[in-house]
Amino acid sequence: MENGWQKQDKIRRLKNVAFLATVFAFTVLAVVPLFSVVSYVFLKGISAVNLDFFTNLPAPVGDPGGGMGNAIVGTIILVCLGCLVGLPVGILGGMWLSQFGGGKRGFLIRYCADVLSSVPTIVVGIFSYVLIVLTMRRFSAIAGGFALGIIMIPTVTRTTEEMIKMVPRTLYESGLALGLPEWKVAVHIVLRTAWNGIFTGIMLAVARIGGETAPLIFTAFNSMYWNLRIDQPMASMTVQIYNYAISPFSEWHAQAWAGSLTLVTAILGITLLVRKFSKRIRYE
Amino acid sequence: MNNNQLNAKIVVEGLNAGFFGKPALQKIDMNLYENRVTAIIGPSGCGKSTFVRCINRMHETVPGATYSGRILMDGDDILHPRIDVASLRRRVGMVFQKPTPFPTMSVYDNACAGLRLYKKYSSDELDSVVELSLKQAAIWDEVKDMLGKPGISLSGGQQQRLCIARALAVEPEVILLDEPCSALDPISTGKIEELIQELKKNYTIVIVTHNMQQAARVADHTGFFLLGELVEFDDTSKIFTAPSDKRTEDYITGRFG
Repeated sequence: MENGWQKQDKIRRLKNVAFLATVFAFTVLAVVPLFSVVSYVFLKGISAVNLDFFTNLPAPVGDPGGGMGNAIVGTIILVCLGCLVGLPVGILGGMWLSQFGGGKRGFLIRYCADVLSSVPTIVVGIFSYVLIVLTMRRFSAIAGGFALGIIMIPTVTRTTEEMIKMVPRTLYESGLALGLPEWKVAVHIVLRTAWNGIFTGIMLAVARIGGETAPLIFTAFNSMYWNLRIDQPMASMTVQIYNYAISPFSEWHAQAWAGSLTLVTAILGITLLVRKFSKRIRYE
Repeated sequence: MNNNQLNAKIVVEGLNAGFFGKPALQKIDMNLYENRVTAIIGPSGCGKSTFVRCINRMHETVPGATYSGRILMDGDDILHPRIDVASLRRRVGMVFQKPTPFPTMSVYDNACAGLRLYKKYSSDELDSVVELSLKQAAIWDEVKDMLGKPGISLSGGQQQRLCIARALAVEPEVILLDEPCSALDPISTGKIEELIQELKKNYTIVIVTHNMQQAARVADHTGFFLLGELVEFDDTSKIFTAPSDKRTEDYITGRFG
């Protein structure tokens, strides 16, 4: 025998199931692109990934083999140059904002950082082109690193600020109460306490600039040779992938896929590592 | 007890303090005596904390803080603008309400943070300072086998004694305790009160407390603050048995606050 209560309950359960199914379906839809991109890149790229790929220079069209050794090293150098520009400004700026950023100046700087983070990266590339490439009269790793550094600044600034703000004020006061100068308290106690979180932000920013193409095309340009001189054009994985991908040659396409696989793995690796370690942040 | 036989380590004269022009303390005159414990009692928001935070100039680190008047320590005005605040704070240590061990540092590093971050010391010097100050803070026996563990892994009461040790390590002359026991259980509180009795042999101690029994137990002198004024300041026994001001009597008998 079914009474009114049981009937209502059935409808409720049905609604529940329907809603859960919808939510699940859209969740799957959301992760499908990630998995399909990663698996497609893997399938296409794995065949061309071998030791030569990591150690050799690009081969001319028609020659088999060849690799992206110079581009891999180039990307690492460019990211390091980016950090050299972006980290001091970003971290010190974040420290300033967290400590003295209460007023109008703080608001203005925070606003600028937010705007900068939404400026298309190719525009940052043009800025670097005008400022450095035109001045030096040649493409260079310096110009590329500079552009990447600028892209890093807003992320690093805001993460540093937020992480430092999470450090209880009593820790700062405890440091001052020991008769330590303010800058030592800021660096050795506050910054050090917030460092795990800031490091997470830095690594996410590194993962982001490592995958940038647009700001490098007309700054670091590209190079087919081993080059460690930062005042010369330098290869990067992203630009190399771009050049290979738009070429008409199937050997180069394979190289582009292999490059993509390497890049995706590196960036995914950084992101996952950061996620794993950032969970351990504790402040008290 | 005759106050004239005591040596006033700190003499507060006409101290006013506030935030953004709003007064938090008005015309405080008070003596803090060497080798004595002075308790500051009063309801929330009466200016107790502001008062002790003026003594190590921590008050001025808060935006909008203002102050005037004089605080003489061994005869020198420590509110004078040209005084070196950092060295003042090395002479006037402070322990806060919530235990504040530095989270990234071990017990050992916490204990000597005030020295190690100040200038370079040999590891022998640091070892002996750490042992001495942890012993002074009556926590050595509990932590001597875990000096390398993080300071935050200790219990709340141990953390607070670690913070006291950290303050003692820089060899201050005055110790300000801002409600040091309000986050602790009765057993830890008892330990810290015992410790205060021990410490007053060598230091001038000021303790802010919400707990009147605590003031009665540990303090030689007690000042009662109300709405930013020092209502009454006298021997603790006098304050608790025969207060001369009606408001003090009302407060200690629990009629308000």
